[in-house]
Amino acid sequence: MRRRTVLQGFAATAAFIALPRLGLAQIPPGVLAVGQIAEPQSLDPHVATATNDFRIAVNLYDGLVRFRSGTLEVEPALATQWTISPDGLAYRFTLREGVAFHDGSPFDAAAVVFNFDRMLKDDHPFHDTGPFPLSFFFSTVESVTAVDPRTVEFRLKEPFAPFLSNLAYPTGLIVSPAGVEAAGKEFGRAPSGTGPFRFGEWQANQRVVIARNEAYWDGAPALEAVIFRPVADANTRTAEMLSGGLDLMVEVPADSIPLFRDDPSFVLQEAPGPHVWFLILNTREGPFADKRVRQAVNYAVNKTAIVDSLLQGTASVADGPIPRAFGFANDGSTEPYPYDPERAKALLAEAGVTSATLRFLVPQGGSGMLEPVAMATAIQADLAAVGLTAAIETFEWNTYLSTVNPGLVGKGDMAAMAWMTNDPDTLPFLTLRADALPENGGFNSGYYTNPEVDALLDEARRTTDQAERGRLYEEVQRLVHDDAPWLFVANWKQTTASTAAVQGFKPEPSFLLPLKGVSKA
Amino acid sequence: MTAFVAKRLLAAIPVLFGLSVIVFLMIALIPGDAATAILGSFATPENVARLNADLGLDRSLPEQYGLWISGVLRGDLGQSFTLNRPVLDEVGQRFGATLILAGAALVLSSIIGLLAGIVSAARQFGWADRAITLAVLVGISVPSFWLGLILILAFAVAWPVFPPSGMVAIYGGGGPLDVAHHLVLPAVTLAVVASGVIARLTRTAMLEVLRQDFVRTARAKGLSERHVLFGHAFRAALVSVIPVIGIQAGFVLGGAVYVETVFQWPGIGAMLVEAIAKRDVLLVQGGVLVVAASYVLFNLAADLAQALLDPRLA
Repeated sequence: MRRRTVLQGFAATAAFIALPRLGLAQIPPGVLAVGQIAEPQSLDPHVATATNDFRIAVNLYDGLVRFRSGTLEVEPALATQWTISPDGLAYRFTLREGVAFHDGSPFDAAAVVFNFDRMLKDDHPFHDTGPFPLSFFFSTVESVTAVDPRTVEFRLKEPFAPFLSNLAYPTGLIVSPAGVEAAGKEFGRAPSGTGPFRFGEWQANQRVVIARNEAYWDGAPALEAVIFRPVADANTRTAEMLSGGLDLMVEVPADSIPLFRDDPSFVLQEAPGPHVWFLILNTREGPFADKRVRQAVNYAVNKTAIVDSLLQGTASVADGPIPRAFGFANDGSTEPYPYDPERAKALLAEAGVTSATLRFLVPQGGSGMLEPVAMATAIQADLAAVGLTAAIETFEWNTYLSTVNPGLVGKGDMAAMAWMTNDPDTLPFLTLRADALPENGGFNSGYYTNPEVDALLDEARRTTDQAERGRLYEEVQRLVHDDAPWLFVANWKQTTASTAAVQGFKPEPSFLLPLKGVSKA
Repeated sequence: MTAFVAKRLLAAIPVLFGLSVIVFLMIALIPGDAATAILGSFATPENVARLNADLGLDRSLPEQYGLWISGVLRGDLGQSFTLNRPVLDEVGQRFGATLILAGAALVLSSIIGLLAGIVSAARQFGWADRAITLAVLVGISVPSFWLGLILILAFAVAWPVFPPSGMVAIYGGGGPLDVAHHLVLPAVTLAVVASGVIARLTRTAMLEVLRQDFVRTARAKGLSERHVLFGHAFRAALVSVIPVIGIQAGFVLGGAVYVETVFQWPGIGAMLVEAIAKRDVLLVQGGVLVVAASYVLFNLAADLAQALLDPRLA
């Protein structure tokens, strides 16, 4: 009796395990399952702020322009060409003909005007479908006018060279006015664009499904559908890859890199990102007021060991405030500070600082912060080797931002920070100018000022010639590298893992995930 | 009995009200705000001020609270800043998922815990007792997020019989059987600690009861040992074990935070962690309110069950 009960129990368990094997490695060819890092906030690209959401949005929508694959350079998309007035104040776009939104409404100049007016004008009838947190990307726009159905003109308040990059960023994607009018505030959950995929369904906290747009103006994509799954825990995301629950994952955690690299059934790829991980040094008070001490810590830290060992190659060594991902603005002529503890000691001796205790502020995690505490600990050890004691204080991310952003005076000597941007202008403009000091409402928390850098950055904003702009940024890079207001540490790479069945996929330096050219056998 | 239930439910109202005030103040007091979380790198004072105004966070605290509570009284928990959807929709869906997980874990831990406790007591100091005591010690000590990862590695990667995460298969799933299949690993993980606690307390309660006169009488009457254990002793011991199960219900809800994160179970625990990090005050309020209310109800249910078993308490 008793034994039979046990046997029955086993049989029932076995049947239970064997029955619903649906869903275990059974996603058919043509359907791609992508592991995302979080549940999206919104599929309205003007409301969303996270790269995680934009990875879906770039497949549902097009912008007037977009980043050319593999670069951060701008190429035509919904606009076929454009002209910039000599004073840099008027941008005139010619729009692609015969394009329709997924809901059937036509794409034209009026639609473009609707998109920007909705974001920028408080009295627009659909401004209340926001808020639009990143609309300040277009704060220099004075007006958007439909010259004729195929021509739209943007007038700027002042010359602003990053304008085209900002249009290529997902905040510049074009949504369907008819879609917004129909769905109102719910548009973020019922999106309609012109992109290669149309919206399928969104099951909260389970999946977002998008399906092939057969009528796509640039040719229909190879994939039939894409399923985006939020898997917040990086280890769980890896386990899902290994068990066949996902075909592609982004932001592969450093610890899982060897696992995918050594297994021929997976393809590990990387693209350098427009990201910088650095320590803000307090140049206003304490030992870092002396440039030699700032240079000394740049020599003292073994950045190569951090990116290769600790981060398992998911980042490269940063050479200055402008990442190499911006090819036109960083030709690699400014080399990173080499690891040279002897040089560091000599500089410290010269500055009369043979031992000092530094207050080192570090967040426990946060957007783009990689492994902040482990990295800080490695830096602490390198600094100890040259006689500097770093006392680490850790913070929760949101608390950290509200501590560090108002400036380091009275709080710390150095603070870890990371930025990801879409134009070489953004980071230095918001963090390294006199006008960006915390008292002026910017992010220059370490109080670095150099009139020459300020002038170069202003000039670069006014210069619409890309090559000339690039030269100006290279000059900024050289000056800031030498002044060393930061300890330059790492540039994060977009690291992806996919199964061998996934073809035609390349990670983008923008960290976005355009899937039009991807297929799955 | 009805009066007792009504009184307990009425007493819960000030508790929930006080809790909502405390949670509201706590979110207001900790540094950082929703606008900073949403804007991330671009949280300039100017952008933060603009977004806070859009979100209605530039109003005074009493005004914000007043708006929220008047909404709650009308059944509207507000709109989540970070998810751009009604709090009620999100919390309702998330809480449903947590109830499935916590319910399964509680049933599982009660069965395992009670059986282990009874066997342990019946064979006091025997090998079964020692083995169970050791297992209980290990179960109570193992961190659930670690155990979760180990179970994923063993039963989803190395020997793939269960899916590693999620609540339904993302392709072609969705039925009750599919949910049950996804439920096994997280429910087991969550049940381990609670089983240990229940087993320990059942053992103690059983040992106490087994030494009492009525048990000796039952044995003297010539009843089988099984009958003595389950028919007499267990029933008496259950009176002191039931409240512990009620407390474990609360524990399971709390422990669900880690388990939900590891297994990507779309429950309310994982939601609260995220909402607090993003300072999404209305989502936190809604979530805490629902969890607290269910905690009150679980304990009330445990008290009622206890009263039914032991008329002296009614």
